[in-house]
Amino acid sequence: MTESNTHREVILEISNLQKSFGSNKVLDNFNLRLFRGENLVVMGKSGSGKSVMVKCLVGLMEPNSGRITINNKDITSLNQESLDILRTEIGFLFQGSALYDSMTVRENLEFPLRKHKKRLQINETTEHLVQQALKSVGLSSALDLMPSELSGGMKRRVALARALILNPSIIIYDEPTTGLDPITAKEIIALMKSIQSSYGTSALIITHDVDCARVVADRIILLIKGKNYIEGSFQELSSSTDLQVRAFFK
Amino acid sequence: MASSINIADKTYNALVEIGDMTFFAKRYFKSVGSAPIEWEELWRQCYLVGNRSLLLVAVTGFILGLVFTLQSRPTLSEFGAVSWMPSMVSISIVREIGPVITALVCAGKISSGIGAEIGSMRVTEQIDAMEVSGTNPFKYLVMTRVTATTLMLPLLIIFGDAVALFGSALVEYLKGGVSFVLYFNKVFDAITFNDLLPATIKSFFFGFVIGLIGCYKGYYCEKGTAGVGKASNSAVVYASMILFVVDFIAVFISDIFFEI
Repeated sequence: MTESNTHREVILEISNLQKSFGSNKVLDNFNLRLFRGENLVVMGKSGSGKSVMVKCLVGLMEPNSGRITINNKDITSLNQESLDILRTEIGFLFQGSALYDSMTVRENLEFPLRKHKKRLQINETTEHLVQQALKSVGLSSALDLMPSELSGGMKRRVALARALILNPSIIIYDEPTTGLDPITAKEIIALMKSIQSSYGTSALIITHDVDCARVVADRIILLIKGKNYIEGSFQELSSSTDLQVRAFFK
Repeated sequence: MASSINIADKTYNALVEIGDMTFFAKRYFKSVGSAPIEWEELWRQCYLVGNRSLLLVAVTGFILGLVFTLQSRPTLSEFGAVSWMPSMVSISIVREIGPVITALVCAGKISSGIGAEIGSMRVTEQIDAMEVSGTNPFKYLVMTRVTATTLMLPLLIIFGDAVALFGSALVEYLKGGVSFVLYFNKVFDAITFNDLLPATIKSFFFGFVIGLIGCYKGYYCEKGTAGVGKASNSAVVYASMILFVVDFIAVFISDIFFEI
């Protein structure tokens, strides 16, 4: 860890995370720290354990061992209700957008508010929050469309608006540009940058898109065989002489 | 040797699946008993399950009554017992054929629909998205659908029985000149409390089975579009099979507690 990092506030921390499926060890003592306001990119080959790591992070999978702390709360020791409350501090953008296809865009965005609006003491009307979230992703006109009527890029934007609607402090992006054409991918990357500046969120970005990493990453962790193989800025990693690192950045 | 290992494997897998379904059912009862209840989604599901199956149940019931009466008529006529037609048809339909046929039709429509819907939600990570947003997907998706089918199936069965009796009355009117009033008078004379109560009680169980199997198959759907197809298909097969088992148990218990 660099000296400048020691004074920064840690918002999310993974310590010695282990996850196996039978004899296949997917995560092997994986460690990670996300600082407030930072964009941290985790890169790795397909099957390197990136998605398993984020699923453990939000409680969708139970790790074999290790500690995951979000805003100083250990998620592995929380009961279901406390975990649900903690999850409101995290926005999750799924790889395939995961919009509820039986609901309109409006209903998709209203969904997280149903349960948590009162508890989070949000005073604005649901309508206002929905409009505001859609405006922030540049899709105000899509309010009453069904997900099946949206393009891949629009779906990703709506999913991002849904992830932002509870004003989370952390956003997790799981392969945000996968499956998009290069132009739309660039638009999504620009959106991710603008969200960081306007919402002040910290972001954990799982990707193997080098262009995405170059633009958004403050720091990059390379995940190889379930371990954090190397960590550094884009410049540091792209100029590395290590063959495994160079394989990613060439 | 290989075939005996195969049979042992299949038996083991079937037992594991029965165990999993039992735990799934236990989880359902736990979620029904704990607040908050997703009332809005529950009403929506009741509407979808009830309203969208109405036409299918009506057509099936009507044809059932029609065919049953047409097929029985020559035999009863041979014995000079055509006047027994309303009582015979009504008792058969209310006690057994109506509930079972309606439940099978609903298993085909509702159980497969639920299996495919929840299965595709699982495959496209919509269930994960729900969980991450702090909503209990089991409560929102499973509890509401199973409760809706449990509540709606008895109503659909009563409706199906009524339409089947109407179909039967129509045949009697056209073939034998029996008026609708006379026909239904004879029907209500024949049917007793002991016919209605067991049939109504078992229809709640039928509804529960249809909803539970559809949700179970969808919730634990394998990955990919093939997984969704498999979930939908096996939901119908399992639900239909378990309906007959439930029916057998229900008839067995009715035989003990009610005079048949």
